[in-house]
Amino acid sequence: MFKLWATIVKDVRILLRDIVGISLMFVMPIILVVVVTSIQNSTFNLVNKNKLSILICNSDTGQSSKQLIKSISKIGMFKVSLMPSDKSAQQMADAMHDNDAMLGVIIPPDFSRKVEAKSKSIAGKALTSFGLAGDSSKKVGDVDPLTLYYNPILQESLRLSVQGGIRSALQLVESRETLRSLYFSINEKQLPESLENEMLNNNTAINEIPVSKDGTRATPNATQHNVPAWTIFAMFFVIMSLGGSVVREKVSGSFIRLKTLPTNYLVGIFSKQITYLAVTMLQAAVIFSMGIWLFPFLGLPALNLPSDILALIIVTVVCGWCAVSYSICVGVFADTQEQANGFGAVSIVILAAIGGLMVPSFAMEGFAKTAANFSPMHWALQAYYSLFLEGGKLKDVVNNIIPLFIITVVLQLITFWGLKRKNLI
Amino acid sequence: MAVNPSAIEVENMGFHYPGNSEVSFSGLNLKVEKGARFGLFGPNGAGKTTLISLMTGLLTADSGHVKLLGHEMGKQNNNATNRLFGFVPQDFSFYQELSPAENLEFFGAWSGLNKSTIKRRTDELLHILGLEEVRDKQVQKFSGGMKRRVNLAIGVIHNPEILFLDEPTVGVDVQTGHAIINYLLELNKNGTTLVYTSHQLSEAEDLCQQVALIDGGKIIAQDSLRNMLKDHKQESLEHLFLNLTGKDYRN
Repeated sequence: MFKLWATIVKDVRILLRDIVGISLMFVMPIILVVVVTSIQNSTFNLVNKNKLSILICNSDTGQSSKQLIKSISKIGMFKVSLMPSDKSAQQMADAMHDNDAMLGVIIPPDFSRKVEAKSKSIAGKALTSFGLAGDSSKKVGDVDPLTLYYNPILQESLRLSVQGGIRSALQLVESRETLRSLYFSINEKQLPESLENEMLNNNTAINEIPVSKDGTRATPNATQHNVPAWTIFAMFFVIMSLGGSVVREKVSGSFIRLKTLPTNYLVGIFSKQITYLAVTMLQAAVIFSMGIWLFPFLGLPALNLPSDILALIIVTVVCGWCAVSYSICVGVFADTQEQANGFGAVSIVILAAIGGLMVPSFAMEGFAKTAANFSPMHWALQAYYSLFLEGGKLKDVVNNIIPLFIITVVLQLITFWGLKRKNLI
Repeated sequence: MAVNPSAIEVENMGFHYPGNSEVSFSGLNLKVEKGARFGLFGPNGAGKTTLISLMTGLLTADSGHVKLLGHEMGKQNNNATNRLFGFVPQDFSFYQELSPAENLEFFGAWSGLNKSTIKRRTDELLHILGLEEVRDKQVQKFSGGMKRRVNLAIGVIHNPEILFLDEPTVGVDVQTGHAIINYLLELNKNGTTLVYTSHQLSEAEDLCQQVALIDGGKIIAQDSLRNMLKDHKQESLEHLFLNLTGKDYRN
């Protein structure tokens, strides 16, 4: 026991004197968490609070295009600015740059007339199908398409929701025209405004409710999503210090002497596991504390800890142990510090990518989805999401902890085999 | 006349490096008496470091055996055998980020000493080797000579019965070399068997009573230094060395 204690003291002393290693393990992940959360939070604000600015160039002079612009404004997603009516594509692009607009729409000439004609034709067909006198024979051309210009930095998911919003505005305009035509054809007078509003604007509301396991209905935010995810990444970042430490000890003269002493090198490996497991716990504590107390000062949402703290501790310990086991395993097999650091850095980014830290694993398909199961970060992230976002308890994360634990044990066995094979124990 | 018991017995030992068909040693025999100051010399690549690695258990013999004070290396409890000897490798074998006291604390624990013994031996050794003033400074800032003394202190912290020294004074100034040799003589007076390799043959003449010359994986001569010089009609170990191993470059 004294040998183990002396080894832990030695490892802690060396670690505390490795300023670069400490920076890599603490400062870099903290910067990463703050930056990624800030960026995602500003994206969230852009969509939900600040609104996307959109330039509309209306080349039409009719009522339908005016109705369309009104409907787009009412969606709530956009800050609409109108442009003079005779703009070319190039002029629209320039105007978007000048006005910092993410989107631009050109409504073609004759839009209103064509929408009206199309609506009359549909109304005629509808009357004929009802068995009333209607003109269904008249062929009308399609309405010329609207042209939507967008800044390429807009992500596809955001672009799709923009398209959906504009499509629904367009639908509303066309439906209104069709309804008016129908009404006029039957009653030979204008559709009353109150009835029109009741028919078109009286949509059934949609209530959004986050489904949690503990019944609370806290709305997830960028902090709840990012802090757990990047804490896992930070824990695996210990490879930058620990992997190199194992290699340094292995290739330095000190290892030759250690091999001649009456103590098994496994004591050294065990000490590194304890020391660096404590480091990963400290990393998690620092990052969670920042999320709780520092983020509000930075204008970011505060982190809410899960209700089941025991489950949080267990998941964090198993995840930290897995990160340490992975780092030691890489250190045992690498021959140089450059190999350990290079492979270590690239491999944890890959594990993070396939583990769902960068793209949600529910959005993955085929091979990527299968590969996610082999990333310890995937299981740790699922467990954290269950605790932080869904209000899960220990029983809800056992299915995530078991695979994480199995991966850890496999890494330990590979390390033991590597130590034997390289004649290190 | 009573025969001294052997500190080291190498019997009929064979060894080759894995993946290398060339045999390093075949049927090698060597005996070092308890309490001796034994020098192992040879040109570069002769096999000195390999032989020391086999005697300290860093390498395992293919055949034959190595016994330290009657304990067979690799066959019995390694921990018990490893307690018997100390090793001062040619490379600086310690943690440069730690201070001399911290290195001694760690290596003392791994040598099987308890806390109070480590403290006592640390104080003793740092005093004897002139490192008291820098006991808490990081070793990486030390001169080569100071690092050599730290290297030696770690090798003897547990008062070993046999001490293997692989070029313990390489690259140090005259004062440090002199101090190290004097300390080794002191240790030997107290009963420690010394096994020493070096290319500094004049220093070896001061230290060693028994010598073995090794070349091409074979021991080509072994006796007391006095007898060897007399038998080969040579004035110094350097002349004897050149006479027996030739003047050609060794790669």
